[in-house]
This record gives sequence, structure tokens and C-alpha cells, in this order.
Amino acid sequence: MKVIIVDYNSGNISSVINSFKEVAKDKVSIEVTADLNKIKSSDKVVLPGQGSFKSCIDALNKIDGLTEALSEFAINNKKPLLGICVGLQMFADTGYEETETKGLGWIPGKVSKIDNQNGKYKLPHIGWNQINIVKQSRIFENIANNSHMYFVHSYEFLPNDKNVISAITDYSSNIVCSVEKENIFGTQFHPEKSDKLGLKIIDNFINI
Amino acid sequence: MLKNRIIPCLDVKNGRVVKGINFVDLKDAGDPVEQAKIYSDGGADEICFLDITASNENRDTIYDVIERTSKKCFVPLTVGGGVRSIEDINKLLNCGADKVSINTAAVENPKVILESSKKFGSQCIVVAIDAKKNGHKWEIFTHGGRNNSGLDALDYAKKMEDNGAGELLVTSMDRDGTQIGYDIDLMSKIASKVNIPLIASGGVGNLDHLVDAIKLANASAVLAASIFHYGKHSIQEAKEYLDSKGIPVRI
Repeated sequence: MKVIIVDYNSGNISSVINSFKEVAKDKVSIEVTADLNKIKSSDKVVLPGQGSFKSCIDALNKIDGLTEALSEFAINNKKPLLGICVGLQMFADTGYEETETKGLGWIPGKVSKIDNQNGKYKLPHIGWNQINIVKQSRIFENIANNSHMYFVHSYEFLPNDKNVISAITDYSSNIVCSVEKENIFGTQFHPEKSDKLGLKIIDNFINI
Repeated sequence: MLKNRIIPCLDVKNGRVVKGINFVDLKDAGDPVEQAKIYSDGGADEICFLDITASNENRDTIYDVIERTSKKCFVPLTVGGGVRSIEDINKLLNCGADKVSINTAAVENPKVILESSKKFGSQCIVVAIDAKKNGHKWEIFTHGGRNNSGLDALDYAKKMEDNGAGELLVTSMDRDGTQIGYDIDLMSKIASKVNIPLIASGGVGNLDHLVDAIKLANASAVLAASIFHYGKHSIQEAKEYLDSKGIPVRI
């Protein structure tokens, strides 16, 4: 099996690479690339994302044919894709970080700044928070409800269809921290930085 | 509910862990990679490496330390000390650091924070504030505590937030290495001035000091070195103690 981590200059992805390689050992091939043909022929794709919604979308669009290749992989061919942090947020139609920006539009909804309730909540939401699993998702196999995961973000994904939400976390309000829509998976938290439980989620994704 | 973080800090010099008393009188406390692994297995919420002599000496050893640690520890890794430029930040992140903490360069050229937070995202930019009391205010020190910039710590903290810092790592120079507790007055004043998380540092001698920083100063995270390095307390003990005092921690 071949898993591609999409390298589209979205910032620091070394932690994502290290964690997938740790889990994959020699059983699964992990490749880091933005090569369109390699993406199309791979079995699974990981879409990381750091920085702002706009900077990530701009970076995707800078590589000719990349969004089309990802759409073909995830939407037409329905192969498993995992978005992490801004990688998840980009599934939305629109993001409002920096300026209004069109997203991939795979899961209708928008990405807005977390309401900090007039400074009552510090932003970014940084640190370990518990996930409340609201829908059984294949990436949560053998992950107990209320497990701790590592978060760092100031914006949240608000999907129109609440049925795609697989887990929420409590920070100011119920923040969407994981989605599953058919073959498309996403986590707002960072499994690659969430210690053993995070590695288990990565393992679950690899084994789908 | 978001948990308060406990962050063991490993001061590194030439690839080895040391911890100074008021930044001098260094003692060897082991290999950084192995120590970091022990801490992450023990429940550390994050690991911090501080390359303490990086401003003056060859610092290539730190890249190797980060690279090796990031392949073994899967919790956030913060690196500070001698981070001067966008290129330095880029190199550290590529080696596997998740955040960089910037001290001297942020004082000398605040644009570094503006540019780096735009380029890499605020989530990985921590501004390190070394402050020392002078009369009724606190002043910012740079170069590992050797130079007084004369800048007011509270104003500076706010400015760094405005420039895009994702977190502030605030160290009291008066307390560092003394083990008599964090400077709660300083921490609480800065925490109430900014809307980004504050990591308290400098002066921890016992577990009640950790409680004070969170309860009295509203710190989001507590950083400590000596109390963990020399086996005085384990991370787990610290967490259980905080939990017993009603502080939310990841156990």
C-alpha cells in the first residue's frame, strides 16, 4: 500500500512525516510529494495544513492541477483522504481567515474564527483537550471517548450538514474536531502530536 | 475542557542538557533525546529545548538534537535560543520542531515576529520574554539575560501579541534558578494584558508553585526544569498534585 503526504509548501510537515513513518514502519510506503500522477495512483492521501486558510489554499493553487488531482482522488474515485488541521478546514466552501477565500467545497460549510467571548477564552486554542465522539468513525477504532488530543488553531469548521461531524471538543462552544463523510476524513487536532493515541488514529487511517 | 500544560524544559549546550542557576554555573544533566523521551512517556504535554549558549557558539548540534528527538517523541516540541532569522526558524521547523521561541531577535527587530507569524503561522511562533524587576516595572533582557533593553515588559508583551505571536513564554530573571516560586505579580499582569496563552517560567521549587502560576496568575502552561531533571518530582506526580487542587490536566 502507498500513502502520499501532500507536500504543497504549506509550512512545517516534518512532524506529520515522522509520525506516519513511525506507524508505517516497513509495512506501508509513505511518500511525501505533490506529483499529480503519484497522487492519482496512491491508495491513501494525507492533506496537512499549517498557517492560514488563505495561505494553504494559495499554496495548493500554486501547483498546477493539484486541486483537480485531489478532487479526482477523493470525490470521483472515493479513495480515503485525511485532512489535518487546516487540511480539514479546506474541505469547506469558504474560509474567513485574513480574507474571504474559496475552499475545496468537498463538505459544504464555512470556517470562521472561534468566538473568544470577549477575551474569556485565549486564542489560539492551544493544548490538550478531550474529544467527545458523537459518531463512530473508522479512525476512532479503539480510541476511548474523552481521549485527549493536541490542538492548535483559532478558526473552526462549521459544516452545514451536522451528520458529517464525528467528534467535538469543548472550547468556548462545541468545536468540530473531527469529520467523516464517506471516504473523506479530517481532524482539527494534530494526531501526529497527540502521543500514543494520536499514532493510533494514524494507524487506523492507514488500515482503512 | 482545555487542560493546563506542564512543560519540562531542557537547557541544551553543545548537544547536552544543562541547567544553570541564574544562567551561570552549569551542571550536566544528561542526553537531551533520551531525557525528552522519558518526559514524553511520563506524560509531558510538550517538550521545550532551550539552546542557552546559541547566541555565542556554534549551534549546529541543536539541529541534530531536534531531528533525533522528533523521530522519537510525538508531543509538541518547542525550541528556543539563538533563533535570529526566518531562515533559522525554517531550519528548526524542518528538523522537526513544532514551535520556535524567539527572544533577542524579537527585541532587536520586531518585524521578525510579524514576518515569521505570517509565513509559518502564529501557532509556531512563541515570543520569549526575559523580564527583571526595576522599581515598579519589569524590563526586558536579551542575550540570555546579559543585556537590558530598557523596554517595559507589559507594553512589549502586548506589542508582540499584535505582531502575531501565538504564545508568550515569560521568564522572571529575578526568580530563575532560585526555586522560590514564579513571579506571580509579573505573570498575572501580563496574562491579563494579552489574549494569547502565557507560559510561566523561572523559579519553580515545588509543586505548589505550579498551582500558583495557574490559579493566581492565569498561566495556560507552566514550564519547569530543575524539579523534574534531578528526580525531585515526576511529571505524573506534578499532574496528580495539580489535579488534586482542582486544576484541569491531562492524566
